[in-house]
Amino acid sequence: MNGPERIVVVGASLAGLRAAEALRDEGFDGELTLIGDEPYAPYDRPPLSKAVLSGWLPTDHTALPRARNIDARWLLGTPASGVDLRERRVALADGREVPYDRLLIATGTRARPWPRQQGGALHGVQVLRSRDDADRLRAALAAGPDRVLVIGAGFTGGEVASVCRDLDLDVTVTQRGSAPLLSALGGVIGSAVTGWYRDAGVDLRLGTTVQALEGEAGRLRRAALSDGTVVEAEVAVVAAGALANTEWLTGSGLAADARGVVCDDACRALADDGTPVADVYVAGDVARWPHPLYPGQLLRLDHWDNAVAQARTAAHNMIHGSREPRAHRALPAFWSNQFGVNLKCVGLPSLADRVVVTQGSLDERRFVAAYGQRGRLVAAVAVDSPRVLDGYAALIEAGAPFPPVLHASDGPDRLDALDAAFPRPAAGRSSTPSTPSVLSIPSAPSVLAGHE
Amino acid sequence: MTSTTHQHTASDLFAQALRYEHRANPYPYYEQLLRQPVIRMDDGTWLASGHREISLLLRDPRISADRLPPQHQRPIRKSLLVEDPPRHDQLRRLVTQQFVPRVMGMRDHIDALVTGLLDAHTSERAGQLDVVGDLAYPLPVTVICELLGVPREDESLFGSLARRLTRGLDPIDTQTEDEIRELQQARGELVEYLEGLIARHDATGGDDLLSGLMHSQEPDGPMDPVDLRVTLGLLLIAGHETTVNLIANGTLALLRHPDALARLRTDPDLATPLVEEVLRYDPPVQMSGRSTLADIDIAGTTIPKGSRVRLLLAAGNRDPQRFADPDRFVPDRPDNAHLGFGGGIHYCIGATLARAEAQIALTALARRLESPRLIADPPPYRENAILRGPERLPVSFTRLVPGAGEA
Repeated sequence: MNGPERIVVVGASLAGLRAAEALRDEGFDGELTLIGDEPYAPYDRPPLSKAVLSGWLPTDHTALPRARNIDARWLLGTPASGVDLRERRVALADGREVPYDRLLIATGTRARPWPRQQGGALHGVQVLRSRDDADRLRAALAAGPDRVLVIGAGFTGGEVASVCRDLDLDVTVTQRGSAPLLSALGGVIGSAVTGWYRDAGVDLRLGTTVQALEGEAGRLRRAALSDGTVVEAEVAVVAAGALANTEWLTGSGLAADARGVVCDDACRALADDGTPVADVYVAGDVARWPHPLYPGQLLRLDHWDNAVAQARTAAHNMIHGSREPRAHRALPAFWSNQFGVNLKCVGLPSLADRVVVTQGSLDERRFVAAYGQRGRLVAAVAVDSPRVLDGYAALIEAGAPFPPVLHASDGPDRLDALDAAFPRPAAGRSSTPSTPSVLSIPSAPSVLAGHE
Repeated sequence: MTSTTHQHTASDLFAQALRYEHRANPYPYYEQLLRQPVIRMDDGTWLASGHREISLLLRDPRISADRLPPQHQRPIRKSLLVEDPPRHDQLRRLVTQQFVPRVMGMRDHIDALVTGLLDAHTSERAGQLDVVGDLAYPLPVTVICELLGVPREDESLFGSLARRLTRGLDPIDTQTEDEIRELQQARGELVEYLEGLIARHDATGGDDLLSGLMHSQEPDGPMDPVDLRVTLGLLLIAGHETTVNLIANGTLALLRHPDALARLRTDPDLATPLVEEVLRYDPPVQMSGRSTLADIDIAGTTIPKGSRVRLLLAAGNRDPQRFADPDRFVPDRPDNAHLGFGGGIHYCIGATLARAEAQIALTALARRLESPRLIADPPPYRENAILRGPERLPVSFTRLVPGAGEA
């Protein structure tokens, strides 16, 4: 086989590791290099906001299990600082250069930080994305602060607030929108989630933003909120979304910005003129790509399952793409545990215009809700009913009509679909996929289905 | 199909697969059925044999676990095996809360039971063992009786009931009138036995699973006496009639694949993937049943609302679309998403326990039997088509070495 001899993977987290394993599975026996900015071997992030934060799991037990020996060179603790596509070289921040025949970009995202001039540098102001973040935040929570402020009621914010209540800590959560999880799941399900917060004893401030974080002697003391109140808190967790780690690609010629790196459905990176770049691939949270199920837009997902599936597709195409290219079309799926419930989702709820509870009931906190866009099923959310979701996934992939005809034994007699109540119009979300397809792909509207 | 002159219909093939003379090896019929992953039978019921199709149907919200189509369902108290949400979920949660913590940490106890059962046959000389009667049957029966709080001395009474009752799961047209009459009688005896057991438990209390269900403080509990009786019957029968086949089928596979047996002898870690492969290659539960609550489009056809559907798990496990070289026994098969425990909301509640029992039993057999050999191949099979396995599994050996620390 006349394949590549040197493959470089930039990003040594879930997508990077699984891609490296898949490259070996696909028969690649050349030199494999993994570059990571953190000093740690690849670790699993979902436990950080759950078992780690509660003190149940130490961070050094979060290492990702290895599916196989990958026989790789690891360059950890050194971020990549640039790429030269013509010379096929990755530059590292410490001045080294790593040549490649094929390159995989899997640098992921980071938590959007709080602006420094509004108190972002105060001691006690934290984000939660990395192992070090989790260690810091766990120590801060274990110290028993009088109150924790969580900024943002997305998935991370909800999980942090939930752990705080488990630890019997007072917690205030601010949320710009009218309900938790609003941008991810819409207002109908969001208002049910409001009940979870309130019953857990969270001080939830909806329609409220933080104006400033204020400190004394460099330590956080209080937050001024847009509702005119002041919250005294020693710890603030900023859970306000993610930024793609793409600065190192600035000027490279790739279609990359804070929203991600654009690639096609075969995971090939696109140049800023929209044409595929030879031998450069993208996978994981940093990738923005056109999902065949959701035409007319680019998707970027902060999802564990997607990172694994996209890594495998990219690895396959890096080795066998010229003969048998594979499209990355895995159905989006994610889960969260908060306030004692398990929430699992397939598809893309944020596209939907209608929602209907198809099984169980919102009040019982055990239900399945189906999401429809213009008469087609596009997503389903299951709360404490994870095992039924595969059935919905098959219906979504088959383009089943909405509302779905189920007659489920625990469903209502009649399905009354409601407005899904997503905030619109929101920047960067396309609610009308009538967008002309002649748009050059890098500027196509995008959907961010992150955990915020 | 071997014959070009006779075109078998799916109904013929399925009937052939169920015939007792094909009990030892129904797989060639399954292989032919797999050519159409979902097909309508002559009697109007449906048969799913494809792995993908079975997986989808097991998880489809338009599916009921009641084998009778909705228009024929009767208002009787159903066990969680055939019950649907939301009642299924309540029952299952209650059982899970009681069952799972008790199963955790049982490995050492299971190990001790296996050691004891084999110790009874320890021999420096050549001998024989009936793997079914001497190990595969008594092990899970002892465990389930202990777990549930059923006195061990009731076992002989109960065991014969369980055996007669599971025959009733088979397709009705394969049962004789005598068998059906006997089944009715066995059902009555079971109800009587279980009611007595519950009454005695109520008086004495205890910390077994039955007591746990009776006195559960959880939001869904405690179980009322009828649910309790139905659930207890289900767990007892499931504990009696399934794991026995897993251990026996596993032993059979090992004896037919001496290389796998030799590997297991030196590498106990192989037990984990090996038991999964047994669950794929020769599953103790061959098929399951469902009915449809709405029209379901699948595999290029439409199963109409109100249809009865058989899910041929054992055929799905040999689906070449899903498993490379499906008729080969590969003890460390990767990515082995078999259907041996079903799937979806009815996924086997005892899977963890069954796995532990089979892993420990098969490892002990591999370690302690020297030069084991099947005395009859195939062994005699039980009548049951669904909970399928050998009636006896006589194995000869040159030596049965002592257990626990001496090997």
